Amino acid sequence: MNPFLDPVGLPHYLLVGAVLFVCGILCMMTKRNAIGVLMGVELVLNGANVNLVALGSPTLYPSGLAPLGLDGPLTAAFVIVLAAAEAAVALAIVLSCYRTLATIDVDQANQLKG
Amino acid sequence: MDWASKIPILLAVAWLLPLASFAIILVGGRRLGRAGLGAAWIACAAIVGSFCLSTIALGGWLWVNPLTPSADHAQHESVHETAPADHDQPGARPSESAPAVRHAPVAEPLSGIWYTLGEFGSSRIAVSYYIDGLTVAMFVMVSLIASCIHIYSVGYMHEELEEVIDDTVRLTDGRRLRRAGRFHRFFQHLSLFSFSMLGLIVAGNLAMVFCFWELVGICSYLLIGFYIERPTASNAANKAFIVNRVGDFGMIVGLMIFWAGLGTLSFGDIRNSSGEVIEQGMFSLVRPSESQYELVVPDGFVQWSARDEIAQLARSGPAHAGSGPAAEPSAEQIEQWRGGRWGYGLLILGGLGLFCGCIGKSAQFPLHVWLPDAMEGPTPVSALVHSATMVAAGVYLVARCFPVFVPEVLLTIAVVGCITLFVAATIALTATDIKRVLAYSTVSQLGYMMLALGSGGWLAGTLHLFTHAFFKSLLFLCSGSVIHACHTNELPRMGGLGRKMPWTAGTMLVGCLAIVGAGIPLVGGLSGYYSKDAILAQQYVFAAANPPLSWMFYAAAIGAAMTAFYMFRLWFLAFVGKPRDAHVFDHAHESPPVMIGPLVLLAVLAVAAAWNVPLTHWGLESLLAQARPLGIDQPEFRGLMWSAAAIPGEHLSHESSVHTSAALLAFVMGAAGVVLAAVMYAARKLDSADVASQFPRLYRFLLNKWWFDEIYHYVWIRPTMAVSRWVAQCDQRVIDFLLDSAARGAALVARWDDWVDRRMLDRMIDRFAEAVYRLAIRLRGLQTGYVRHYVLAIAVGLVVLVVVMSLYWSSASAGW
Repeated sequence: MNPFLDPVGLPHYLLVGAVLFVCGILCMMTKRNAIGVLMGVELVLNGANVNLVALGSPTLYPSGLAPLGLDGPLTAAFVIVLAAAEAAVALAIVLSCYRTLATIDVDQANQLKG
Repeated sequence: MDWASKIPILLAVAWLLPLASFAIILVGGRRLGRAGLGAAWIACAAIVGSFCLSTIALGGWLWVNPLTPSADHAQHESVHETAPADHDQPGARPSESAPAVRHAPVAEPLSGIWYTLGEFGSSRIAVSYYIDGLTVAMFVMVSLIASCIHIYSVGYMHEELEEVIDDTVRLTDGRRLRRAGRFHRFFQHLSLFSFSMLGLIVAGNLAMVFCFWELVGICSYLLIGFYIERPTASNAANKAFIVNRVGDFGMIVGLMIFWAGLGTLSFGDIRNSSGEVIEQGMFSLVRPSESQYELVVPDGFVQWSARDEIAQLARSGPAHAGSGPAAEPSAEQIEQWRGGRWGYGLLILGGLGLFCGCIGKSAQFPLHVWLPDAMEGPTPVSALVHSATMVAAGVYLVARCFPVFVPEVLLTIAVVGCITLFVAATIALTATDIKRVLAYSTVSQLGYMMLALGSGGWLAGTLHLFTHAFFKSLLFLCSGSVIHACHTNELPRMGGLGRKMPWTAGTMLVGCLAIVGAGIPLVGGLSGYYSKDAILAQQYVFAAANPPLSWMFYAAAIGAAMTAFYMFRLWFLAFVGKPRDAHVFDHAHESPPVMIGPLVLLAVLAVAAAWNVPLTHWGLESLLAQARPLGIDQPEFRGLMWSAAAIPGEHLSHESSVHTSAALLAFVMGAAGVVLAAVMYAARKLDSADVASQFPRLYRFLLNKWWFDEIYHYVWIRPTMAVSRWVAQCDQRVIDFLLDSAARGAALVARWDDWVDRRMLDRMIDRFAEAVYRLAIRLRGLQTGYVRHYVLAIAVGLVVLVVVMSLYWSSASAGW
């Protein structure tokens, strides 16, 4: 199987989702800036969303037997909403962090260390 | 107006008024008026109210039952003059030799139930009443004396209104005791006592009598111990209470015998509203009207004593009788058993048991020792509780239960009374404490009453009960007035007080004359004259009927002389001659009017209590004569078990020859005593110390009160203490040892358990905790705080999961 030769189908979507996911993971691991970490999180969530939508899409399943059916896009919509809410909370934490530490370097924020 | 139904209600209200006062003072206490002064007025109002109501009841009683001439004032007329319907034949008295003719009652007693507490089959427990002439007279007497003493106490106890400094009590640090005054509490106890005493008088059954008997006992205890901080007072209170328990034990035995034998403790017959008898009382069971009110062994006692035969009858009954499930013994069988069985013995035992209670309460020999010590209480208490009313309750009970006493019991009563009167009179001769002289005099007079009752002189005994109550409460109140003025009880420190306290001296002289029985022989005299003459006349007849027992007559006669001697010795020592203690004399003063008033009133009563209303036959004696038990007017009674001694009937003592000699004898004896006292203590012709040194042994014997306290100390208290010490030793040596051993064993086990706990369990747990701790220290390194490490862990974990899953998940089932 060669993805570059095959027509676009489910494996390609899943591949994009996996790439996004791995990018997000790497972003979260490498970034010291809190905003960067947040971006990584968004990438991970969107990688998952791509999977969900792809697995729920009837066009990719000519037989019309998508494994998730309508649940896929619905769950994706929930994830988007959750991501927005999470971003709001996280940004608030970042702001507060900046106020106390004058930086948003996550490695500097070690006040809770035992 | 229907007095017969009103009298019980009047007396019930009169009886409950002091209870209400007690309750109010109990709740109000010191807050009533200034420092509790209001308590006195509440208590006085209650008892005076009782007196008024009981006087109305007395009037009602006399309205229903007009008095007939009593024996003493109509010597050869009929005493028991049959029913009121037979009034027109006064001469129908049987001659002495003829078999006695018994009559219907002169006055039907009122007997009924106020409130039924419970009914169990045919038995019932009720708050009931038994009202006859004796009850009514006693009720009026007690409420009158109690009223006088309440009022007197307002003056006497005034020191208790403020903080009291008790000189006789030393605290452990040597200071004198200071305490709050207890004025209200005194009146609270007095009210409770009045309620109990009045209840004891109207009580219609022995169970109720016993309840109030104990209530007056506890009141006596509380009042003797009023100055509870003084060791003498608390000891005296304990002594009184414990000695009375000894008597009450016998009383409970008596009650059980009567309850078991008769099935009722009610005195009179109980009728329902339509007048039928629903429950026969003790009196009609023991002296049924069918046997002309003569004493018979009641069926209950006969069946009790013959229960083996009855059980036999019941076993063989159905076959024998043919009908009826349980064969009842027939009337002939009961008659056959009546004589031979021990039913009569049970009557004796029951009577002796009841009398035991009276011995304790009325301070008769050998339980008389508590009464002199009871004088530790305040003097008004001595006057009310320990001379006039409570100690007379024993005499009252003997008079009340007279119908159920068989001749053997009466003889015992007479002998005990005689010993008591003689012993107490001799002790009073040498006593120097003014209240103790009066206390022994009280014991002696109570002995006279018992002697009179026991020797058949019912009327003489009860009359003396009344006259004694008046003059003895007067004497006690006078002595209280003296003590109030002198602050000492010791006669040798007084003297010449007559000039300082004329009212007290005068009223006390009246009291002394009354107790001596002063009067002009055969004409009349003070109240004591009538009762003492009647007692001596009865003794005269008794001695004539029983020559071996004539020593009782001599003892009573000598007792009369001794009474005169010690009373006038007291009076001369206190009021006549030169002051022996200048300090006491200078501080003496006449008491306030609130104390003198009751003295004067009681003095009038001490003079006139036994007098008839002028030109009539209405008087105390004829009122009491109404209540004379039925069936005791035979010439003589003899017991079944011990028939050697006879109890003569009371009529015999009213023969003019007997009466004259008794009156003359009493006069001579009394006069001799007074003259001797005057020679020794007023005229000082004879030095009392000289006389004492002539008979040193006798003097010491009397001064030490016949060594009764010492004898009891060695016979009862020492052995009791020895037994209790032995028991204490048992406790300490055996039981404590066992307990200690058990405790020591438990401690040993606990110590071992502790070791196991520490060495094994704790060590295991500690090791485990240490391991967990070390692990945690190591694991702590994992939590770096860097997000990237966590994310890496998540990613690696995810990869590992996917790899593991892919190992188990065949690609064929994946489906793509």
